[in-house]
Amino acid sequence: MELSFGDFLLQNLTQFWHLTGIYNATWQHCVMLVVGLFFIWLAIKKDFEPMLLVPIGFGMLIGNIPFNATAGLEIGIYEEGSVLNILYNGVSAGWYPPLIFLGIGAMTDFSALIANPKLMLIGAAAQFGIFGAYMVATAIGFEPDQAGAIAIIGGADGPTAIFLSSKLAPNLMGAIAVSAYSYMALVPVIQPPIMRLLTTKHERLIKMKPARAVSQNEKIIFPIVGLLLTCFVVPSGIPLLGMLFFGNLLRECGVTTRLAKTASNALTDIVTILLGMTVGASTQASEFLTTQTIFIFFLGFMAFIIASASGVCFVKLFNLFLPKSKKINPLIGNAGVSAVPMSARISNNLGLEYDPSNYLLMHAMGPNVAGVIGSAVAAGVLLGFLA
Amino acid sequence: MRKHLIIALIALLATGLCAQAQGRRGLKINEVMVQNDSNVVDDYGQRVAWIEIFNSTYAPLEISSVFLTTDSANKKMYPVPLGDVLTEIPTRQHVIFWADGKPSRGTFHTNFVLVPGQDNWIGIYDADGRTLIDEVVVPASLPAGHTYARKSDGNGSGPEAWEIRTGKSGSHITPSSANIIRDTNSKVDMFKEKDKSGLGLTVMAMCIVFSALLLLSCCFYLINRIGAHISKTNKLHAQGKTIHETPREERPDHDSGEEIAAIVMALHEHLNAHDQEQTVLTINKVKRAYSPWSSKIYNMRELPHR
Repeated sequence: MELSFGDFLLQNLTQFWHLTGIYNATWQHCVMLVVGLFFIWLAIKKDFEPMLLVPIGFGMLIGNIPFNATAGLEIGIYEEGSVLNILYNGVSAGWYPPLIFLGIGAMTDFSALIANPKLMLIGAAAQFGIFGAYMVATAIGFEPDQAGAIAIIGGADGPTAIFLSSKLAPNLMGAIAVSAYSYMALVPVIQPPIMRLLTTKHERLIKMKPARAVSQNEKIIFPIVGLLLTCFVVPSGIPLLGMLFFGNLLRECGVTTRLAKTASNALTDIVTILLGMTVGASTQASEFLTTQTIFIFFLGFMAFIIASASGVCFVKLFNLFLPKSKKINPLIGNAGVSAVPMSARISNNLGLEYDPSNYLLMHAMGPNVAGVIGSAVAAGVLLGFLA
Repeated sequence: MRKHLIIALIALLATGLCAQAQGRRGLKINEVMVQNDSNVVDDYGQRVAWIEIFNSTYAPLEISSVFLTTDSANKKMYPVPLGDVLTEIPTRQHVIFWADGKPSRGTFHTNFVLVPGQDNWIGIYDADGRTLIDEVVVPASLPAGHTYARKSDGNGSGPEAWEIRTGKSGSHITPSSANIIRDTNSKVDMFKEKDKSGLGLTVMAMCIVFSALLLLSCCFYLINRIGAHISKTNKLHAQGKTIHETPREERPDHDSGEEIAAIVMALHEHLNAHDQEQTVLTINKVKRAYSPWSSKIYNMRELPHR
């Protein structure tokens, strides 16, 4: 029987209707779209990590628009050959995070750390947040590789979290990335109560000596020695540490200013846009709206608390062995997590709250950048043990 | 300019050669069957002896132009032909060569055979025909239908790394696939079994993180000291005189920011410095953002100057 023109139109319109988002929408899609809008609202209205939450939030909208996945339209982020899938390769193959680390290296001044090398140990101590959360995650029932991927949230380092989770637990990566960036945005809310709880008024008033000036030669030697020493101990950290120290050498050597500028500005911005957007788009309802995600957010919160507390407690312990004139203000302990420079700024603000002449920012930058190195080393260790 | 080009060319060549050499060294003879009476058939439906080669690297490996041989005096016995896309072995994958003495049947059919009842030495030589990549002696005692296989893919050297496989349960014959079939990550399984609380990993990992940063810290402490010593010596040389070393306890601490600010304020008051700015003409050098990449003058013919 021949198809009438009317039937022909109806048939095609029906087919088209079946391809629309309205036809394919489920409540899970709607929830994820609301979460995406919430993130955008947080970023624009509350100024919480806008550089990350705007791309992630908008990526969530892109990734959760319902469509017929069986139609073979090659539009989904998990469909091989689609544009989003090609952009997502940087996340799934793990090459966006090292590029971000290149930029971080090119924009970070390690002077505070070089001037006072013992502050590096605070950065190491704060990594207990990662492994404390690992123990809690295994106790809850996560597999060791999944627990490792979740625990890295405690490093407060988004690119590291994405890098490690893409290797150890790719199915949890969306939730881990969103959790890591959310808590990084909430550092000003999470850390101060812990710092107040664990320090006495007398300790908060400790004034530290100004750091000495660091020569150009020391700044050049630092990334080279740093790379060799840390990567000889943990070769699995090469992708992150290698790029971090390389970026820093570009900055400090004085003859590659143009490259350092590109790495710290244009390149970082481009990769941040792509990373944020694709991570957001990868949080599809079927993978994201699970009880595991709730656990991941809970564990991420715990990891942040443990990391901040262990940094502060370590300084208090360290002070027992230091002469009176060289005591460290425990308010810089929280900066051992690698949320640069947010956690250092919190140390400074809290220090000023108790003594308006006590500027802790430059002292806190030491453990803060040590935290970046520490979390990359910790990620390398987890990768070495569990991959 | 020419010097730079030559250096760049040498570096490029060396890198290429190193990469090639490193990759080819990852080729391993992985499993051998001499008498194939009931096992896998070739693409002609024949049961013939076979040699499994394994790419133990984590990159695809092109094996055309390497040599397979059973005679150490004739190292170039069977050259793997060029121009076949199948000679690129994917990462951690295997290929099978049929030792049937019929090279006209295709790339993977060698021009030699393996002889039952005697030791069969098999070697792989690199494209230069001199560099031995891997070798194995398949014992004469290998029964028909059995294989001589590595205990673990690509690992170990010498007879202790090999075993005879019967094809029965627990001793599988695995042509074109891994000698040990794993469905889980053994490392993860080990941690799951031996370190249920996660304490072991925590202690080990914290020790490693601390050691790495402690090492870096100590190293920079030393560099600090050496730097301070050098700058002090340089200063002395520059002044051309010796200074009296003030005892440490008598030396004042660093001036704090407040003290410096107070001194500056006092000087300001004392010198009666102007409190109203006079009109000051400032001439700044105007520097346009410039990049040789966009310059038509250089147009890629000259390297940017430092």
